[in-house]
Amino acid sequence: MEETKKKEEPGSTHKIGIYLWIWGLLFVLSFFSYLVDWYQFQGMLRWSLILFFMFLKAGLIMAFFMHLFWERYALVNVLLWPMTAIACFVVLMVAEGKYTLFSRLFYFFVGGA
Amino acid sequence: MSDPKIEGFELKPGFKGMASDTGSDQTMFKGVHWGKAMMWIFLLSDTFVFSCFLISYMKGRASTPVEWPNPSEVFALDAFGVPVPLLLIAIMTFVLITSSGTMALAVKYGYEKNKKMCGWLVLATALGGLTFVGMQVFEWSKLIHEGVRPWGNPFGAAQFGSFFFMITGFHGFHVSIGVIFLFIYAYKVFAGHYENGGKRGWFTTMRGDYVEIEILGLYWHFVDLVWVFIFAFFYLW
Repeated sequence: MEETKKKEEPGSTHKIGIYLWIWGLLFVLSFFSYLVDWYQFQGMLRWSLILFFMFLKAGLIMAFFMHLFWERYALVNVLLWPMTAIACFVVLMVAEGKYTLFSRLFYFFVGGA
Repeated sequence: MSDPKIEGFELKPGFKGMASDTGSDQTMFKGVHWGKAMMWIFLLSDTFVFSCFLISYMKGRASTPVEWPNPSEVFALDAFGVPVPLLLIAIMTFVLITSSGTMALAVKYGYEKNKKMCGWLVLATALGGLTFVGMQVFEWSKLIHEGVRPWGNPFGAAQFGSFFFMITGFHGFHVSIGVIFLFIYAYKVFAGHYENGGKRGWFTTMRGDYVEIEILGLYWHFVDLVWVFIFAFFYLW
């Protein structure tokens, strides 16, 4: 019984500095992503900035606030590979969305020619 | 959390460690509390649900030839007579990040068995979540007054309303459930349920431990995480 208890106890807690740093960074990154809209950037610049800040924020939250950075690979990989599959699904649906839009414009408005 | 030690089993780092952990003919997630593993698996399935919503929104928006309502104008708020784009959404984002930070600190103080700090921080997190839900109620009622409905709206493509209410509603539901549990766990921490070997929980003979605060924290950070994606895809697009 004593042994099982020892297993479940965490090895160490982390210094408060790391949490405060991540916290501050999240504020700064959110502010930057708000600025993307404030300055009305358009096109590829807007998209790359939005995605860059989004992935950075998500990564920081998962790695440090959710402790994934310190977890063993057995847990990390169980979580990250399905998410990678979702990312592939997103890419597929972007392509599909473009094709649907093209078909609608082509057959509804141009008449299929 | 880090560097678990398990008697009679050598823990290797990296991918080799993953292979030996997985093939060890015993528990796979070494040093991870079962409740934490279950919460991660729940969060993964929740990720799938939110992904379905966001991907169908993305597909719907990308494939309609009708002009999509400009979120920067739809969600603008008048401050001192000047319309500021996404003002409320920006404040909501900052409130949620603040509550995420207090939650992370609550987990840290919980593991240090600092009952008071942990309890107050969990309570602060709950209040942050409550503020967020309150602002979301305000946002919803404002849009409903302006005539946004799940089947149409005065600004553009009819799909806008259904995606908006579905996605932010499902997220707001998660926040609300989180707030309820944060209040319950703030009480449990203050009542000392995790002190002196722990008090038994409901429906179980198992004793409470501060790891429960980390499990609750995982859920709360996930809610923040989803908001990061909603903010990027729904409001900034």
